Amino acid sequence: MNPMQRFKNIIKRPLGSFAVAAGLAAIAATVNADPLKVGFIYVGPTGDAGWTYSHDLGRQYVEAQLGDKVETSYVESVSEGADAERVIHQMASKGHELIFTTSFGYMNPTLKVAKRFPKVVFEHASGYKRAKNMGTYFTRAYQGRYLTGLVAGKMTKTNVLGYVASFPIPEVIRGINAFTKGAREANPDVTVKVVWASTWYDPAKEREAAETLILQNADVLTQHTDSAAIIQSAQAKGVYAIGYHSDMSLYGKDAHLTATVHNWGPLYLEKAQQVIDGSWKAVDLWPGIAEGTTDIAPLNAAVPEEVKQLVAEKKAAIKAGTLRVFDGPVVNQKGEMVVPAGESLEDAALLGMNYYLQGVQGKLPQS
Amino acid sequence: MSSQRSKHLFGVRLEKRASDSRWMAYCSPLLAILLTLLCGAGIFASLGHAPGAALYTFFLQPLEDFYGWTELGLKASPLLLCAMGLVLCFKAKIWNIGAEGQFIIGALGGGYMALQLDSMEGPWVLFAVVAFGALCGMLWAALAALLKTRFACNEILTTIMLNYIALNWLYYSVYGPLKDPAGYNFPESALFSDSSLLPLLFDGYRLNISLYFALLALACVWTLMSRTLFGFQIAVLGEDASAARYAGFKQNRLVWLALLVCGALAGLAGISEVTGPVGQLNANISLGYGYAAIIVVFLGRMHPVGILFASVLLALTFMGGEMVQMELTLPKSLTGLFQGMLLFFLLACDFLIGYQLQWSRPNRKISTVDIAQKAQE
Amino acid sequence: MDADLIINILYATLRTGTPLLLIALGELVCEKSGVLNLGQEGMVLMGAVTGFMAAVVSGSLFTGVLVAVLCGIGMALLFGFLAITLVSNQVATGLALTIFGGGLSAFLGSSYVGIGIEGFTPWELPLLSEVPVLGKIFFSHDPLVYVSWILFIAVYWCFRSSRAGLIIRAVGENPEAANALGMRVFLVRYAAVAFGGAMAGLAGAYLSLAYTPLWTEGMSAGRGWIALALVVFASWRPERVLLGAYLFGAASILHLVLQGLGFEASPNLLAMLPYVATILVLMLIANDAIKARLNTPFALGKPFRPQL
Repeated sequence: MNPMQRFKNIIKRPLGSFAVAAGLAAIAATVNADPLKVGFIYVGPTGDAGWTYSHDLGRQYVEAQLGDKVETSYVESVSEGADAERVIHQMASKGHELIFTTSFGYMNPTLKVAKRFPKVVFEHASGYKRAKNMGTYFTRAYQGRYLTGLVAGKMTKTNVLGYVASFPIPEVIRGINAFTKGAREANPDVTVKVVWASTWYDPAKEREAAETLILQNADVLTQHTDSAAIIQSAQAKGVYAIGYHSDMSLYGKDAHLTATVHNWGPLYLEKAQQVIDGSWKAVDLWPGIAEGTTDIAPLNAAVPEEVKQLVAEKKAAIKAGTLRVFDGPVVNQKGEMVVPAGESLEDAALLGMNYYLQGVQGKLPQS
Repeated sequence: MSSQRSKHLFGVRLEKRASDSRWMAYCSPLLAILLTLLCGAGIFASLGHAPGAALYTFFLQPLEDFYGWTELGLKASPLLLCAMGLVLCFKAKIWNIGAEGQFIIGALGGGYMALQLDSMEGPWVLFAVVAFGALCGMLWAALAALLKTRFACNEILTTIMLNYIALNWLYYSVYGPLKDPAGYNFPESALFSDSSLLPLLFDGYRLNISLYFALLALACVWTLMSRTLFGFQIAVLGEDASAARYAGFKQNRLVWLALLVCGALAGLAGISEVTGPVGQLNANISLGYGYAAIIVVFLGRMHPVGILFASVLLALTFMGGEMVQMELTLPKSLTGLFQGMLLFFLLACDFLIGYQLQWSRPNRKISTVDIAQKAQE
Repeated sequence: MDADLIINILYATLRTGTPLLLIALGELVCEKSGVLNLGQEGMVLMGAVTGFMAAVVSGSLFTGVLVAVLCGIGMALLFGFLAITLVSNQVATGLALTIFGGGLSAFLGSSYVGIGIEGFTPWELPLLSEVPVLGKIFFSHDPLVYVSWILFIAVYWCFRSSRAGLIIRAVGENPEAANALGMRVFLVRYAAVAFGGAMAGLAGAYLSLAYTPLWTEGMSAGRGWIALALVVFASWRPERVLLGAYLFGAASILHLVLQGLGFEASPNLLAMLPYVATILVLMLIANDAIKARLNTPFALGKPFRPQL
């Protein structure tokens, strides 16, 4: 591989001298030598305006906060198939010291690479497998779902809520159930209709799913897909909608009641700081409203004051830890008591949730 | 008369060559790569990156270490397998767009077998799994063959439809019956047992014996195309279907054979992917190899050796795309831009195989025309 | 199912079918002239992104549509230069255009993600939209839907009773003979390819300015491919393209509607339906296959080399 090395040197020479100059400047500025290299693996394009976009905002937040103490990079649209392991491996071998893999499908590849690079720290979102140098994290987005459910339950006139879902994985089902629980606490007559669009990402199809729900009398919609199409169709049809991933009020200022938003920045900042300090440990972190990782977007002016009060109260209760969303009594769709009063669903049960709660209409596919 | 034999482009006179230039046939891919590199350098420069370093990152950095080389082999193998099947179809002008579906069904069928044989041990397990995967791919292609020969359905249409059906079938399976019971309800199967995983070529690297499958397929298809009556018949069918009929070739049998071989190879690629680097069934087992292989076939100008190079080159552009994102924080869309440009330039340069540029007033024009006429007679 | 629901489903069907209709009509003209352009998906995406960008920058939706159409023509001419002038393989060139368009559109549009604009709103045609039932189904759409009907009529008329249609067909059936008769084969094919590009660009504008007024990467989600299949399905007849586009449109939202009605089945299996149905229809019209083949432009996909 000698000739190649030479070629590389020739090509890199002009760049090298520049790097030396920049390096001298950096040494003059701070004593800290090397910035921490942080890598991110994204499942979608950063331009999806949804899941991946929210993670990339987190990455930018880390860069803004830590300045030249970190150097971040990412690879987008990495399929959760055979390519993932290579990309993670390449990141680790290119000197990244902290790598975030931000989708469930990266679990096994991350674990495999983590075993080969014991000195690199890995953080995997939404999975359940850990190692000495591989932690897991996720956001309790269902807490935000619950709060938005309260709003939806109060704002509906038809008592039918519409939910455009993607694929029946636990994360999505958890969101549907939390939304339903919130809505029925606010208004016991509410039912939630779910349409599975079988896509994460097809604005036109999401819009059709939304309009199907509007036809079924739903007058508050929400979605677990990646585009803002349902907000647009709600705006066009004069019904309400609740966004997901980020504040989507830009897409329909009258329709958009609120949204469940992710805020990965502080979490990523904390992890990066821990690695810099040497205090990082492999843990399972599941922060939510209390830590600010999950939040809801500002409520629409159309939402009455008393509803705003209710949401603020419940949010404070979640923050204080006195409310845990899936507190008993929790009744499933068949009418069976899942959790009696006085108890609450454990995290392990939340992680693998595969049944609807009472109030959700329709049959869960393949449950 | 002679004015019809030449074309004018941007003031340059294009002259039809007496016969295709062998020299240009080898040079045009190189010229295309060079032009792609030049344009790529321009794009990188306009984005504020040093072109040389950026191109190095894209095309050479993935291969800096042994790991990169093994990954290149791993990425190129399924492309090569699918492309080897497709080239047979395309030679016969059977426009099979369905390698993607055949790949998925091969993976799904073989993966199902692997899950069933989970508790079994012994080398026969792997053989059964791989063979069943290839068989499933073949059966999926057989559907297209049946539709074409029995119902005269256009194969471009049916194979695209079959791709979508296969993909949804995969979704249905991993979200339903084949879901790992201990997997917290996530859409993936249990991990396969060791006895149904393909042996690795080097310890600690992911490259497995699917590379040998691909090279074996290359040798077989090459022999088939250049040395056998079947290959000859396929070529004739592609060149001139009516000539093939006059010659008494059984057209339907050729269609069946080409599609079955293609389905088996694509299915083999699929099962090799799940019993190799993936190790389980999930919703993302196909990375579009079946579609990318179509490009590989054309990039390799329908010749087995060309296809070998093309599959390696395309695999490299995928890896390079990852590398520039990682190192230079450039978007993934550059991969598509590069692949598109490469194909465009190649197709444009191919023109020079049949034509030559005349900068000055040609003196030998008449003789060229004479030769051309003779060549036709 | 009440009447209101049916009306709404039919209304949604027309809307879902519109991008398919636009793309397929363009491809039909292109294929009639003997050129197979598989680059629809790339042209649609480029139309969608440039149309959206122009609309955001200029603040005018019609400027957006115009730019999208021009961009579609530009992409098509690039294809035409390679496939017609340089006689490259049409299948490969089309695929290259799809890959290139997908990459370039994502590249150009990256800073336009997350921007919302006020898209086209329905124009309720005076008087016509008052007609009970039919008014709601047919005459309360956004302007681009009406444009698609006008373009359909134009294409239908063109092939039914115009000289231009005859020339396009002649060039697609037998370019050598057409050339000998003094028709300018290259010019006709370029024009047909450019028309295909314009239609694909318009379909892109429909997606990003009317249907879902936003830009996200890969937002055409395979509609270019479906439209391509549609042309074959319609055996190159404009009226069948119209019918087919709405059938495909209906099929693609069928599984959503069925779920809404409480029909219990796996969404993945339901999502297979339109594709299975297409294959079944193809088998059923197998007896018609000889007729279908007669409609196939004889020189489709074959390059024209005036030298030979």
